[in-house]
Amino acid sequence: MYWSDFNRLGRFWEPWRDIERMQRTLHGYSAPGTGEFPAVNVWSTGDEAVVTAELPGIDAKSVDNSVLGKTLTLRGTRQSDTAKEGESYHRQERWAGRFSRTIDLPFAVDAGKVGARFSRGILTITLPRTEADKPRKITVVSE
Amino acid sequence: MTDTAKEMQKKEAATPEGVERTRPEKVYMPAVDIMEKKDEIVVTADMPGVDERSMDITLEKNILTIYGKVDTEVPKGHRLVYAEYGIGDYARTFTLSEEVDRDRIQATMKNGVLRLVLPKAAAARTRKIEVKAEA
Repeated sequence: MYWSDFNRLGRFWEPWRDIERMQRTLHGYSAPGTGEFPAVNVWSTGDEAVVTAELPGIDAKSVDNSVLGKTLTLRGTRQSDTAKEGESYHRQERWAGRFSRTIDLPFAVDAGKVGARFSRGILTITLPRTEADKPRKITVVSE
Repeated sequence: MTDTAKEMQKKEAATPEGVERTRPEKVYMPAVDIMEKKDEIVVTADMPGVDERSMDITLEKNILTIYGKVDTEVPKGHRLVYAEYGIGDYARTFTLSEEVDRDRIQATMKNGVLRLVLPKAAAARTRKIEVKAEA
């Protein structure tokens, strides 16, 4: 059998890399989530939405949250330790960098009443619905 | 882009086939950084939702296991309308080499990140050998 050391893209043939790439592709189909950082969950009662985000290793002060109407924006940076001289990484799996995420909320939010709490690496933002946006109950009067 | 996307997703921890966990919650594999310094090895693991009380670290022979229990905090009366991450415990196991000084291992937890410092045993520390030019 004839082996070519180069594949059709002209790269050197690296079987492990190809297998890894295939696995990654397969993984991408089955795994939930968008792959964006941070991952968020949104909870709702109809009158209030709660957004939780996993932000391990981030200072509560360094996350910048802003609300405008129906959108919530989370911005911040996650620092990584840089290897100094004589130090080396065996593994580096944790994500680091700047992030900016915009989340669409189910309803317009009263920006003045938004509360945020940060504990054990999880950010919880409570967003009450604006009074103007709440559904109005219509009473039916019998004649 | 797909490379980084994969890294950011939570991966479930592996269990031997046919073995079930007693608790029905999922168990995830925390993302770790392992850095080797001159005198120590530092393991950093992302475990959001875990604090120092719910963290369990065991060292048996040369198997180091980290297990973080997450108390599922569901906002009361709320319904999950959109989900990107699953909630569950964290577990990961590492094999240590002989060169770690077991008695001086230190673990700290801050903002959902575990930091384990494994000092190298005196014998395993690198010694620099000076090379002299022959006269």
